[in-house]
Formats: sequence, C-alpha cells, structure tokens
Amino acid sequence: MVYRIRHRTTYLYEDPANLCHNLARLRPLDLPTQQCLSFRLKVSPQPDISSSHLDGFGNHVDYFAIQHPHSELTIEAESRVEMRPQAQLLLEASCPWNEVSARIETPGDPETAMARESTLPSRMIPRLPRLTELTAKDFPQGRPLVEAVSALNERIFTEFEFKPGFTNVATPVSEVFKTRAGVCQDFAHLMIAALRNLGIPARYVSGYLETLPPPGKPKLIGADASHAWVSVFVPDHGWIEFDPTNNLRPGQRHIVVAYGSDYADVSPIRGVTMGGSDHRLRVAVDVNPEPSPRPLPR
Amino acid sequence: MPATDIALPPAEYPARDGDEMIQPDGALQPAWTPVARWLTENDPSVRTSVETQIRRMLRENGVTYSVYGETTDEPRPWQLDALPWVLGPEDWKTIEAGLIQRAELLDEILTDLYGDRLLVRDGWIPAKLVGAHSGYFSCCRGLKSPTPRQLILAAMDLARGPDGRMWVVNDRTQAPSGSGYVVENRVVMTRTLPRLFHHSGVRRIASFFRTLRETLESFAPADGKGTPRIVILTPGPQNETYYEHAFLASYLGYTLVQGDDLTVRDGHVWLASLGGLEKVDVIIRRVDASFCDPLELREDSQLGVPGLLEAIRLGHVLVVNHPGSGVLENPGLMAFLPGLARHLHGQDLILPSAATWWCGEKSALEKVLSNLDRFVIKSIERAPTFGTVFGSELTKAQRTALKERILAFPEGYVGQEQVTYSTVPCLHEGQIEPRRGVMRGFVTATAQGGYAVMPGGLTRTSASPEAVVVSSQLGGASKDTWIIAPDPEPFVSLYENGADLPPELDARSVPSRAGENLYWTGRYAERSEGTARLLRRTLLALIDGFGEDSSSATRHREILMQGLTGVTNAAPIDPLKDSAAVPDEDEVLSLLCDPARVGSLPHVLRSFRHATFAVRDLWSPDSWRVIDTILSEWAEKPPSPRQRLDNFSEPLDRLIIDLTALLGLNLESMTRDAGWRLLDSGRRIERAHFLIGVLRHFLLTPRPTYEERLVMESVLAANDSLVTYRKRYRTHPRLDLVLELLLLEPNNARSLLYQVNRLSANITALPRQPNAAKLTPERKLLIEIDSRLRLVEIDRLVESRDSTRRRLEIFLDHMSRSLTHLSDVLTLTYFRHAERTRLLRG
Repeated sequence: MVYRIRHRTTYLYEDPANLCHNLARLRPLDLPTQQCLSFRLKVSPQPDISSSHLDGFGNHVDYFAIQHPHSELTIEAESRVEMRPQAQLLLEASCPWNEVSARIETPGDPETAMARESTLPSRMIPRLPRLTELTAKDFPQGRPLVEAVSALNERIFTEFEFKPGFTNVATPVSEVFKTRAGVCQDFAHLMIAALRNLGIPARYVSGYLETLPPPGKPKLIGADASHAWVSVFVPDHGWIEFDPTNNLRPGQRHIVVAYGSDYADVSPIRGVTMGGSDHRLRVAVDVNPEPSPRPLPR
Repeated sequence: MPATDIALPPAEYPARDGDEMIQPDGALQPAWTPVARWLTENDPSVRTSVETQIRRMLRENGVTYSVYGETTDEPRPWQLDALPWVLGPEDWKTIEAGLIQRAELLDEILTDLYGDRLLVRDGWIPAKLVGAHSGYFSCCRGLKSPTPRQLILAAMDLARGPDGRMWVVNDRTQAPSGSGYVVENRVVMTRTLPRLFHHSGVRRIASFFRTLRETLESFAPADGKGTPRIVILTPGPQNETYYEHAFLASYLGYTLVQGDDLTVRDGHVWLASLGGLEKVDVIIRRVDASFCDPLELREDSQLGVPGLLEAIRLGHVLVVNHPGSGVLENPGLMAFLPGLARHLHGQDLILPSAATWWCGEKSALEKVLSNLDRFVIKSIERAPTFGTVFGSELTKAQRTALKERILAFPEGYVGQEQVTYSTVPCLHEGQIEPRRGVMRGFVTATAQGGYAVMPGGLTRTSASPEAVVVSSQLGGASKDTWIIAPDPEPFVSLYENGADLPPELDARSVPSRAGENLYWTGRYAERSEGTARLLRRTLLALIDGFGEDSSSATRHREILMQGLTGVTNAAPIDPLKDSAAVPDEDEVLSLLCDPARVGSLPHVLRSFRHATFAVRDLWSPDSWRVIDTILSEWAEKPPSPRQRLDNFSEPLDRLIIDLTALLGLNLESMTRDAGWRLLDSGRRIERAHFLIGVLRHFLLTPRPTYEERLVMESVLAANDSLVTYRKRYRTHPRLDLVLELLLLEPNNARSLLYQVNRLSANITALPRQPNAAKLTPERKLLIEIDSRLRLVEIDRLVESRDSTRRRLEIFLDHMSRSLTHLSDVLTLTYFRHAERTRLLRG
C-alpha cells in the first residue's frame, strides 16, 4: 500500500514580517514498517536559506528562513510512503508489566538506553501521581504488558470524549484528565503520563492517519489532519504503538512522521517571526492511497 | 621570603582544627608567612583602615553582584576580604593536575552525551541521570564546536577536606561566572596591599585570559579574513553578574551584546551596529542555554537569538560554552565520575568529592532515605528554591516531607555525605576570624587541545564564623586567591608580547543598542544639568531673594516656580488643583526629591542610570567614578524632602559640577567614534531643547522693566551664560542682547547656534552618511534648522503685541519641533527597532 500525503500549512500575518526562521518535521520516517519513497517541501515565498538535519530522536528536520518582508507563508509537504504489513504482537506474548522497570536497567543496546529515558517526565508531560487512578484497574501485578496497555488504550477511548476545539496545543494533561475531553494530542499525552507513572517507557508519535468517508459519501479534500498516538517499549519486542483516540493498534493506515518525548519535540512546524503581527493559520491535510497498479490485461 | 625567616602564627587568631593558615601542630603553613607577619605587624586599627580602603575602591569601581529575590533593584556592592587565601606551589601542583584531569573527563562525557552516547548505552552513566537534568537538550545532539575540546570554559568549586586534600564541591560548565571578579579582586588587592603582594611572590592570572583569547581566535570560523569578531552575550543589566559581563568585555576588548542586538541571516550571526550588520564569529555565552534560541529551546525567551543553534550546526559561529554543556553540572554525576575516570583514563580522580548517591538508582535511593539524618540533600538542579538541605537539622515532620518530595521524583535528588571543610582566616573589623572557604578554580581549553588552569581563583567565604554553607547568594565575602610561585615570575600581559601584531582593524564599531544608550546618556545628563541649574536658581530666589523691590522679587519667585514646572515638563502633583495657581515650596521639594514624579531631578537621574548601566563596558574608570558619585547621591537614595530648602544648594552645586566633569571627561578621553558622536548629539539636542524651553516659559510675556531684568538674569543663569553676558555687554540684561547671546553667538557653548553646529559636525561624521550630493533626511533637517536660525532677525523677535511676543513663540516652537523630528530621524536610522518575536506553530 502506497499513500500520497499532502500537508499544507498557511500563515497569514496582519502586518508583514521581516524575517522568519522555521523548523519543519514533516518528512515521514524510514522504518521497518514504512518507507518514504519521495518527499518534497515547497515553501512560498522562496526561502533565502534552507538545510536539513536529524534531531536527537532521529527525526528529519528541515530548517528554512525567509529574510525579506512577507505577509503570507505557505509550507507544503508532499510525500509518498509505502506501508508494509506488520505482524501484530499477541496480547499475552509480553512480560508482566511490573517487571519492565527492572528489565530496562540492563545496559547494552541503544534502544533500551533510550527507553530508560522515556520514563522521565518531559516538558509537556510532567509527573502526575493522580493518574494512578486511571491505571488502577487495568494493571494488576503480573498482567502481560501489552494486554494491560491495550486495556488502558480502550479505557481512554471509552471514558474520554473526542471534542475538537475543546483544548489547544498548550492544554495541560491534568486539565484533560479533569475535564475528560480533548483531541488525539491530549489523549496521547494522557496515556504517556499514565504509563511513565508506572515506570513504563512511552513516547509520543506524530503522523498521519487515513480517514475513511462515511459509507456512500465521497471523501472531502483537505479533511484529514495530522494525528498523534503513543509508542510503548516492550522488552524483547521493542517499541509497540497504540492509538487511544481510535482504540486500536496502528497498522498500515498510520504513517509515522516523528517520535519525541511529547508534542513539543515533534510539532510539524515550529517557527519564529520578527516583526509582523498576529497571524491566522490554515492547515489542510490529505492522505490518499494510490490506486494499486491495474492488473495487466490478459 | 628567605627560608630562615621564621614567623609565628598570630596568637590572637582563634583557629580551629582544619585551618588553612595553621597546621595541625600549631605551626604556620609556610606559604602564609608574609600574611602572618603582616597581621602581627599591623594592629586592628590599621587592618580596619585597609578594609575601609577596599570597600571604597570597590564602591568607586562600581563592582556589584545582585542576588535573586532581592526586592530592591539596586545591585549590591561586591565584598572582598582583605586577607587572601594562600596556596603553596606543591599544593597547587596537585590542584592544577586535578582540575585538568577533571576538565578532560567532563569534556569526554559531554562529547559522548551529544554524540554517540556509548557511555549511556553501556551503563556508565544512567540515561535518566542525563534526561532528568534541565541542562540536557536533545536538540543539541550532533552540535559540535570546531575546537578540539567541546568544553571550553569550566569552573570547579574546591574546598579542603578532612584528609588535607582539595575536594570538588561543584562543577560549573554552563556559563561559568567569576573570572571577571578574580581580576577585579586582584586589582584592588595589589593597590591596597602592594608590599604584601610583592613579598609573597604571587603568580599572575593574565596568562589564563591570553590562553582563552588564543583558543577563541584560533577556532573562530572567520574564513581567514583577519581578526574575528568576538562578542559577550549578556541577559542585560538585570542579571546578577552583569557587572562581570561588562567588565570582561572591556578587559578583553570584546563587544558586549544582548540577544536582540544579534540576528541570524543566511545561517550566520550578525550584530546590528551603527554602521550596519556585521558578522559575528564567536559568542561567549552568558545567557542560560535554555534561553539562547527561542526557535529550538525555550520559546518564551526574549534573551536569545532565533536561529542560533542552526548557525552553530552549520559551523558558522563558535559558541562558548556549547549550549548543552550545563548537563555536566548535575551533582548526581559525581557518583559516577570515579568509575568513569577509571573506565576512560585508567586513573583515579586526583581531586575527590564527597561520597554521593544519586536517588535515581534504587539502591542509592534506599541508602539516602535511611540515612537522611546524616546526609546533605541537594537538588540536581541549581535551584535557588531548594538549595542544600542538611538532614541533621530537620525536624521529624520536615524529614517526612523531604522523603515524600524525593520519592515523587527520585531522579531529581542526590544525597551526599556531610563533610567539614577547612577554614580560612578573614578580617572582620580588624579582628581575625576563621570562616569556611570555597575556592573556584577556572579552566580553559587551549588551542592545542589541552587545558590550562588559571593560577588563581575566586574564593568565597561563609557569612559568619559559624555558618557551614558558602554561597554568594547567601552573603559572605570573596577573597583573592594567591598561588605562590616557586620562582619569581616575569610579567605577563594579556596581549602577546614581542610579536608585532597588526593593529585591530577597526575601532570596533558600536552596536546600535550601545549607540542608543549613549545618545540617551547624553540627553539625560544634559536634562539633569538643566533641571539642576533651574532648581538652584529657584532655591536662591526663595532663600535670598534678589531684588530690593520686594514686590518684583515676589513676582520673580512666582515666575521661576511656574517656569520650573513648565520647563521640566513635570506632571502636576495634584491634577485636580488649578494649574494656574502659583506652585509653592512643596512643588520645588517634590521636583528635588520625588523619584516617582516624571520630570523630577531624581526621576531624570534614574533614567540616566539605566542608560549608563546598559553601556557599563564603555566607560573609563574615571568616568564611572563620576557617574557613581552622581547616582549614589541622587538616584539610588534620593534626598529626603524633610529638610530645609537651603540644605539642597550644596548637593545641587556638586551635581552640576559632576555633570560638567562628566562632559569634560567625555570630551577629553573618549575616542571620537560613532558612539561618542551620538553621546554628544544627545547632549546637544537636549541642551537646545532646554534653552528653548526656558526662553519659551520665561520670555514670551513682556513684563515691567525691573521684573523683566530679574527674569532675564535667571534665564541667563539657568543657561550658565550670566557671567558671559556681563563681560560681553557690561549692562543690565536687555532682551535683544540676551537673545543674541543665547541664540546666535557661535562662540557661546550654550547658544542654540553652537548646538546646531556641533550637531552638524557629529552627524556628518556618523557612519552611513554618504558624501554624495544626495542628502540624508537628518542632514536636510539640520540645514533647514541652521538656515532658519541664522536668518532670524532679533529685532523682530522682541516685538510684542497683545502682551505676548508672538514671533518669538512661533520661532521657538518651530525650532523645538524640528529638533524633535531630528531625534526621531536619528532613532529610525541608527537605533534598534526592537521587533517582537512571534511564534508559529502548526
């Protein structure tokens, strides 16, 4: 399965800005489960300088700057990503969750080292002892990790309401826990916080999800959005992903762009303008499967 | 000192066990012999006078250190103890080797943490120890300095442990402070105790700065185009060590800048200077790393430079230290350093530390929690809110609370064994007292890839003989640190001796911010002087009166007081009061004493203070002494209004003399660079404004002859032209002559024409003033002002109709508007246009 993704972001400033620096994390990662076949970043106005590098998590970062007055900035990323089928790990085929803390202490492989760091609080996910209320029922001693995390995934899906516009990028996790509503970013933060509380390494995943139109309706253009979910470290198996917004284990429809400790590490675009004034933001995302090659006529 | 010369320790010194001057057997430490002799030979009264002299010198040099959380915005004077901490050559050899070993080790750790991370992977350093510390930034991974060492500047706090060895108490690697204070302490010590210093054979510290300079210049990414531009990035005058930033900038000859003086374009860092944008090659960073780039680090920072990390990544700028280097300050690392030293170098640490347990490890956590009563607990952060907690001093309830706090975030705390460190003799009002001492040693990377240690350091002592903790934040004085040379040392200059260096290519052009602050220093100095002269005249009138004719004298006083409020443009004290009413003495007192009132003398001098502080690095020591005198009397503690008016004449006289002296110093000892041109332009514009204001408020209304003479005398006096007038015209003040002298006399330094001529000369000499036929807006304005002024006919100005001098009014208003316009145009052309940064997210 190959997806074509178009992610277009437009900023409209009331007064022109004289200079802006931007970092974009828009290029999908190359992973065993997916391969980025092509990627093109189109910026208007034409940047005066651009470069790219990998960040500490291995994500692709594109830097560019516009050094002359401009009142509109459009960033359009187009990528083609091939998704590969992956074997789903059986629920019971993982170690008891309460053994994870001890298991990850063994030095040796870099993935485990990074996993150890993923139990720490981060900028947008401070330590919240209250969240043990959320995990009390699903994490009895000895329960296999993946099974317990799946239960938490489902609990967040059923007990929290998906309510676009109710929160913003800066809403704290404690607030989401109290009001029991939010969007994918909030649910990902909440689930990560709850897992880290138990000493289980968890990361934030930023990416895309192909949405399907209601049966019989055409798909609207630009109706998709960037999506966020959670990656959990499972000893002996590595990082396994969970999507609490949709109560599922990501498969071929979830395209990974970046990993981080929380949203602050991986926001698709982060920029600073000098001069200018308040701005309006428009984002449009389209995720479409490429038609599979037609079978040759007989 | 000859070895045969035996001195005994001063008998009066109440030394305890573990003292720096006295050995355990009661004998004197040999290195301290000259100091001990000095103490024996000088009685407490002499010592007290040395202490006083030191305080006075520090005060005059304006050495300050501010403390977090202090409510006053006054920086605190720096404190220096009269007695140094003396270290002998053998002792120092070990310390030096230990500091170098530690710097090398920390550098390797830093390189690994932001590079391959093998030490983390293999478990030599716990991943959570790194990740939990606020000095670690994942976005700095892969950032590399072009220098052989990633850690360029480091400082380590040392104290002598019970085994007689020096122990490391803290590592400072983020943006180590203190080296500037070392130089300042040394300067003061060599001036107050020159003979003692000389006899002790003390090693010089300048070599340290020379090594630093060589390292920075060798690795500046300057594409071979001559001397690199090096700047010191400061958070600004509000920072507690701003004094040091300014001091180092002027000592090392680097430019002092703040975040918004710099901008990143084309992946390079540029300085906004009066001459335009100039490329920056090296930044000595004194802004905390988390604040230094809002694009990648703390996005709410207003102190940083957006895009700085990208410029480092591209190799276009060298930042000292690397923004991620603060991670090494984590005291939890001390628990792992002995193992790392053996793993990486196959050596033991030369300088030990107190046994440390990092609570992020389960066994260590248990150890700490079960030994809370005998451990010292520290946060891994340099958090002024937590500090250092002595378990033994806690109540049971406090201990429980601390336990909970640690359990909520064990990675954030360390427990250390409590160690008693040695005491150093200090002078306190002539008496010798033992205090705990901690000495900060400084290390810099060399261009060859090694490390060099400053042969000296910054010693700080506890606030009282009983106190155990040493911290500048908690009070306590500093000390100079004397390393005794085994052999006499040659003099070392900061600059390379012998070699014929090409002279600096430019008289370093001035940053726009500095230019702006110099301009406003000029304006506020002149505004203060004018206000002071007018106040002095009014005081005289109130105290003595000038005329025999009592009704004219009364009227004159009233006119003066009304004019005073008008010229100073002061806000009314009571807005409900009828403004036409004659202001009383309270009004004069308020203008003399009330710093909260806009237009009052203390208010103007506070603005003057802000402007001078912002360019602290540009004043010569003499200029600063004058500025300091002015500020300490008027701005820092304004005079009390509860005194008789005549008490103010003397302070006003002094102020006027000091402000004039400052002008003289500026004229005589400053280079005529663009900064000076702007300083002088500020003075000229303000002086012109003041003159116009005085003429406008006093001379527009025709008055009876005798009254008008008194008023004109005051006008001349307020503009320091009364003596000139009398000499020149030998007659009573006459309006046409007064106006001629004050407006058109080109040789009167107070006349309007003189100010305009000076402005023309200054502005023509500024950068970005092309000599071509095309005139810049500021030159056009000046030509317009100049012609209108020269063409004016005094005879017509003095005419009056309907009890007002309409022509004079129109002329003065026009001049005033043009000068305001000129100031605006200068601002637009030369000064920073502070642009608000905004964040984009999506």
